[in-house]
Amino acid sequence: MRFTRAEYCVIACAEAWRGAGEVLASPMGLIPSLGARLARLTFAPDLLLTDGEALLVRPDGTPEGWLPYRQHLELVAGGRRHVMMGASQLDRYGNQNISCVGDWALPRRQLLGVRGAPLNTLNNPTSYWVPRHSRRVFVERVDMVCGVGYDRAAGLGGAARFHRLARVVTDLGVFDFATADHSMRLVSVHPGVSVERVREATGFPLAVPDDVPFTREPGAQEVRLIREVLDPAGARAREVPEGAGS
Amino acid sequence: MGDKTMTAEEVVSRLASGMTLGIGGWGSRRKPMALVRTLLRSDIGDLTVVSYGGPDVGMLAAAGRIRRLVTAFVTLDSIPLEPHYRAARERGGFALTEVDEGMFQCGLRAAAQRLPFLPVRAGLGSDVMRVNPDLRTVTSPYADGETLVAMPALRLDAALVHVNRADRLGNGQYLGPDPYFDDLFCEAADAAYVSCEQIVDTAGLTKGAAPQSLLLKRLSVTGVVEAPNGAHFTSCAPEYGRDEEFQRRYATTPWPEFAARFLGADEAAYRAAVRDWRKEEERKEEER
Repeated sequence: MRFTRAEYCVIACAEAWRGAGEVLASPMGLIPSLGARLARLTFAPDLLLTDGEALLVRPDGTPEGWLPYRQHLELVAGGRRHVMMGASQLDRYGNQNISCVGDWALPRRQLLGVRGAPLNTLNNPTSYWVPRHSRRVFVERVDMVCGVGYDRAAGLGGAARFHRLARVVTDLGVFDFATADHSMRLVSVHPGVSVERVREATGFPLAVPDDVPFTREPGAQEVRLIREVLDPAGARAREVPEGAGS
Repeated sequence: MGDKTMTAEEVVSRLASGMTLGIGGWGSRRKPMALVRTLLRSDIGDLTVVSYGGPDVGMLAAAGRIRRLVTAFVTLDSIPLEPHYRAARERGGFALTEVDEGMFQCGLRAAAQRLPFLPVRAGLGSDVMRVNPDLRTVTSPYADGETLVAMPALRLDAALVHVNRADRLGNGQYLGPDPYFDDLFCEAADAAYVSCEQIVDTAGLTKGAAPQSLLLKRLSVTGVVEAPNGAHFTSCAPEYGRDEEFQRRYATTPWPEFAARFLGADEAAYRAAVRDWRKEEERKEEER
C-alpha cells in the first residue's frame, strides 16, 4: 500500500503522544489534531482531547469534561498536558517564535503574539509542527523568543525543571533535541525525502546520525482510521500536499 | 438596590481619554462589540487597552484610539491574524505590552485581589522579559528558592464585557460553554459595564439555568446595557455563532471604508447597515 506524505506526518505527530499517559493532548493545526486523535484511538487510549473550545470530548465528540480557558491555563501550569504548537521560526535549541518577524519594536510582520508559548514550554512537554520546512522557519536566531529553547532553559535553574521539548515534526521529517548540547537532531525522514534535502531547508547546522531511518509507515488499522474515520474528506492533503518539499 | 440599566451611550459618557480599559471575551468570541462600537463613535482615545484581543483591539487600533495595548495575542480565530491590528502594529501605531496568556490571567487576578503582583513561572527565559524591561522576578522564600516572574496587577479604570443575560441590578449570566475571564475583568476594574443579550427579572436568571452560570455579581458591576446581538460579529453561544461572512468582510475592507459604511450613528444604524449588506450579498449570489 502507498501512503501519502500527509499520512506519514499524521503518524509522526501521533507518536509525540506515545506513552504520555492520562494527560491532555493539545494539538494546534489539522495534522497534529489528526495525530492526537489517532493516538487516542490506538496506542494512547488514556489521552484527553478538547473540542477546540471549552469541552473535553471523546474522539466521537461525546463530552466527558469541561475545560474553559481559565482552567486550561491552570492545567498547563499543573503539567498534565503535552502540547504540539506551530512555529513561525524555530532555532537549533528549540526557541520558537509566533509573535512577529523583524525587530519587535517595529516588526516587519506582526504575527499572533506570544500566546501561551512561554507558559507551555516551562510547564509541560512541548512539541512543534511545521507544515513547510524551510530556511525561513528554521533559522539561526528567532526574532522573538516565545517558546523557550534548551539553551535558555539551562540558565533558569529550578524554574526550568518541567521544561522538555519532545519532538519537531515537519513535512520533511522528525527531529528531537537528544544530543549532548540539546541542539536539534534529525530522527527520521519521510519516504521520498533525502537527508541532503533536509539539510538544505534548515538554516542552521543540523545534527545528523550516520544512519537516518525513514519515518515508520502507518499500520493497517491506522491508515483505515485516518482515511475513513478521522479525515474522510482528505483535508490533510491541503496542509501537506503530495510531493511536498521533495 | 439600584437599577443599573443604562444605554451604551451613557456607558461611554462615563469613560474618558487616557483611561485603562479592560475588554472581556477572547479572540473573536463574546466581545462587547456594541459597547466598543459606541466607544468608536465617541472621540475618546489615548487608551490603555487590556484584552485577550480580537476585533475589539483591531478596530480601536485601526481608529488610532490606543496609546498602549496589553495583550498575549490578537486574533479573529477563523482568520488567525487580525489584519487591522497587524497594519496598526506594523506602522508603530501604539505601544505594546506583550505578555503570556497565563501572565495576563495572573495580572487580572492580582488586580481583583488588590495584590501588587502574583508569582508565575511563565515568561522566564522568553523574550517577554526582554520586551518588558519593567518586569521583575521574585524568589521563593521557601527551601526551593525558585525564581518566578512577579506579574504586576492589571488594574483597570473600567471594564467592558458582554454576557447572555443580566438583571437590572448587575447580576450577569453566561449560557455558553466558556466564561472566559469576564468576572476577573469586572473585579479588576473600578467600574464595570456589562452589555447583555437580554435583561430579565432576577428570578428569571435561574429559571432553566444552573446557578453556576451566574458569573458576574452585582457588587462588581456598575452598569447594565441591554444590547441584543451586542457581540456581533463575534460569537455569543448559545444565542449565535460568529458571523463568519461579515467577519471576512471586516477583515478584507480598509478600516476607513468599513467604519464609514457600517459604524453609523448608533447601534440601530449599524444593524441596518449589516442588513443592507447581507441583502446585497444575497442579490450578488442570485446573480451568479
